[in-house]
Amino acid sequence: MSSITLKVNGVTDTLELDPTTPLLYVLSDDLGLRGPKFGCGLGECGACTVIINGEATRSCITPVSTVHGAEITTLEGIGTIEKPHPLQKAFIEEQASQCGFCVNAVIMTAKALLDKNPKASDQEIREAMSNVLCRCFTHVRMIRAVHRAREEMAG
Amino acid sequence: MSRKAPESTPLSELTPEARKALEDQGLSRRAFLQGAGALIVSFPVLGKAATAGAQFGSRATPGAPSPDELNSWIAIATDGRVIAYTGKAELGQGMGTAQMQLVAEELCVPFDRVDLISCQTPITPDQGVTSGSQSTPTNFNHRNLVQAAATAREALLGLGARKLGVPAAALVARDGAIHVKSDPAKKVDYGTLIGGKRFHLRIDPKAKRKPASEWTILGKPIKRPDLPAIVTGQFEFVHNVRLPGMLHGQVVRPPVIGATVVSVDKDSVSKMPGVVKVVVRKDFVGVVAQNPWQAIQAANKLKVHWSPGTGLPAQASYHDYLRHQKPTHDTLKVDSRDVPQKLAAAAKVRKATYLYPYQMHGSMGTSCAVADVRGDHATIYSPTQGVWPLRSTVAMVLGLSEENVEVLFRRGAGCYGLNGADTVSYDAAILSQAVGRPVRVQLTRKDEMAWGENYGYPFVLDERAGLDTHGNIVAWEQESWFPVHGSRPGYDRPGNVITGMLAGFEPRPFEPRSPAPEPDRFENGDNAVPSYCAGRVGPRAEGTGTIQSERVLIHMVPSPFFTGPLRSPSRLQNTFAQESFMDELAADAKADPVAFRLRYLSFPRLRDVVSAAARAANWEARPSPKPHIDRSGISSGRGIACVAYEGGNGYVGLVAEVAVDQRTGRIIVKRFVTAVDVGPISNPNGLKNQVEGGALQGMSRALGEEVTWNEREVTSINWATYHTLFLGIEVPKVDVVLLDRPNLNATGAGEVSITVVAAAIGNAVFDATGVRLREIPFTPERVKAALQHRA
Repeated sequence: MSSITLKVNGVTDTLELDPTTPLLYVLSDDLGLRGPKFGCGLGECGACTVIINGEATRSCITPVSTVHGAEITTLEGIGTIEKPHPLQKAFIEEQASQCGFCVNAVIMTAKALLDKNPKASDQEIREAMSNVLCRCFTHVRMIRAVHRAREEMAG
Repeated sequence: MSRKAPESTPLSELTPEARKALEDQGLSRRAFLQGAGALIVSFPVLGKAATAGAQFGSRATPGAPSPDELNSWIAIATDGRVIAYTGKAELGQGMGTAQMQLVAEELCVPFDRVDLISCQTPITPDQGVTSGSQSTPTNFNHRNLVQAAATAREALLGLGARKLGVPAAALVARDGAIHVKSDPAKKVDYGTLIGGKRFHLRIDPKAKRKPASEWTILGKPIKRPDLPAIVTGQFEFVHNVRLPGMLHGQVVRPPVIGATVVSVDKDSVSKMPGVVKVVVRKDFVGVVAQNPWQAIQAANKLKVHWSPGTGLPAQASYHDYLRHQKPTHDTLKVDSRDVPQKLAAAAKVRKATYLYPYQMHGSMGTSCAVADVRGDHATIYSPTQGVWPLRSTVAMVLGLSEENVEVLFRRGAGCYGLNGADTVSYDAAILSQAVGRPVRVQLTRKDEMAWGENYGYPFVLDERAGLDTHGNIVAWEQESWFPVHGSRPGYDRPGNVITGMLAGFEPRPFEPRSPAPEPDRFENGDNAVPSYCAGRVGPRAEGTGTIQSERVLIHMVPSPFFTGPLRSPSRLQNTFAQESFMDELAADAKADPVAFRLRYLSFPRLRDVVSAAARAANWEARPSPKPHIDRSGISSGRGIACVAYEGGNGYVGLVAEVAVDQRTGRIIVKRFVTAVDVGPISNPNGLKNQVEGGALQGMSRALGEEVTWNEREVTSINWATYHTLFLGIEVPKVDVVLLDRPNLNATGAGEVSITVVAAAIGNAVFDATGVRLREIPFTPERVKAALQHRA
């Protein structure tokens, strides 16, 4: 066990953890967050995506020891029901969800991209989404929602 | 630690009145508040970030709330909020919203004053399984939920008449109150009339439905109330359920098909940190630990000695193997008894064989459940499609009385049919029983894909038809083979899914039957009979087409893998073959594929969707393949397919426009144009969402998805080996034309578009290249090989 400090959504916690534990489990079980989800445990689908120091990161394959002290943002950290992030708002406007399990993957991947590159082209958005999965195949609406948020974020 | 996981204990967002109504209406049936030892459970309300909660005792009564009693469906709180109880679940398909609209409409209350509680065995009626595109028909078409709402409205009008001293005929229900028509200021609201009290009424089958012309809530694109919580990470999926003292389990599945436990070395993990117990029950093996990572590590390390397994038939020749399997269970759907003669006399006979692979549900999140089994009582939090059947089979698995089992639905990742939801519920139940504490199990990706789910059926379909000298179809015959093993557990077959079988329950036995009995009625729920056939059984012709000479024979055979319903089970496979073959016949007749279809379709609603899709796609009438195909580079084409889903539970016509890269064999779908008729439209936005998603899911399954295996085990065990289409693809444009039929019965909507996509794509590829694809998936390798053999 190691003492590991995590800065999640602006709150700092120090936890006693097996340092090999994937970050996802710490977020879900120790911190009780519902945004990042277990989809595959292999880094293939994106369900567990969080933003670490600005980068979209697959928390299911990220040992918690490697993010000691890093700034971690989850879906909960970017907006609330009352004050949603433009991406969250766009997903509601476009009704871009079916089961909703992959929404975290899409929004967090898009946020990391648009934060770095607010004018990301459609092609760049496609590339960012190339390993993000939605098995309900809400592709049409999700991509439309990301485009919509891009316009809004660009002001 | 400054924060702690929120526990799934009651933190009601309902008003105290609403809670009281909930308790009065639902929980009074359940020995409410039996004092010491009471379990804590909560009931999620669609659209609420937190859950509506209540305490109730461990002494539950047997049986479900009576579907004949109004109280089983509707309660009204003193603040006038309406609480509706349903046995049909929101699985991501939008059913929750549609049902809330239905209740709000019939009860004349604003949409946001309805709370919907779904699939919680202590308080919701038994509506079987949320599946088969039956949920809207079940609760919309003059019975069940809607008839309860209509009964409640009429009862409220009666109560209002008494209260206001005005005859009911002079009153109108509006906005959650009963108003005097001539003096709308004179009114009494529902909360005052009955809030917090019970109705004591039976459902009145004669209670009047609101005509569609008066709808203000149904038919509107109301936004889903669950989305704000979902997009902000507040929504409680089953994966987020946390109970006090909860442990985490992992299962250890056999390494190869057919392997059984010889011995388990429990000491191999007993010293690992956090390990609580190794659980072995016949061939079921699992580990319980303090946290999920410990459970995973222990499950990986546990030494289990397995028997060698039974081996698998070779995948490369599997379709041939299917065709020669014995014994078979045969079903004759139609037989006009003149097909051989008609074919012998035909100017031309076309024969073709279509092949379909095993495919997966492949849910985005692996299946998960939480069980709390203590003593003789069990509570299961499950994403199952059928809480009541699961309650019965969990009771069997645990050896408990079913009155002592509660199943509380929590949403999982989209399932599209029988994924691992039921099996993981058994996993959690068995492990919890073994440790006497709550246990959460979420399967690994491999456990889900190799073992956790019941795959969709592979098929071999032989099509034969005869054409006369004018290019008219004179006879059509289909013979198919498909394998089955297990399926939904229903109320008494836990062995129909893997965990039940490993724990010692037998799957449904295969029942040989050959020859098939003569059909005694026309039934086309599986779309085994082509839409173009007359469907003559007995004195009537009940099909959707005009071809009189028809024969359809099905051979069910045993499967080495578990199988079960996967979105549009059998209907998709049958339709793929028939709609592709219809295109072959149109080409033989040198006819336009749309006009050729219309020549044989007699059912107006099916004709209408074909015409509407063609019109919306600016369909150019001409035979396929297109003239002057350039055999190098990229060639474009269009194809159409249609179906009367389940013979009459939704109608769809779909045009696919594709580009085929003839160098690589890659198919790029540019556009889908689809026209659907599902009766009256509850929510046009939700319906479009289903049609769009179905079209693209169908595309993924047509182009890439296939379960693979070697001589011993399944090898498609993750997203690198099971090929699906990610969000980064060039997403085709999807145009959806909705044909509203407000005065007809509602049909299903979730499976219409997916059923026709594979055929439409194949037909478009034929139009573009002249090459007919007859085996799913249409991988680049297959397309390339077919192009190389082009005449």
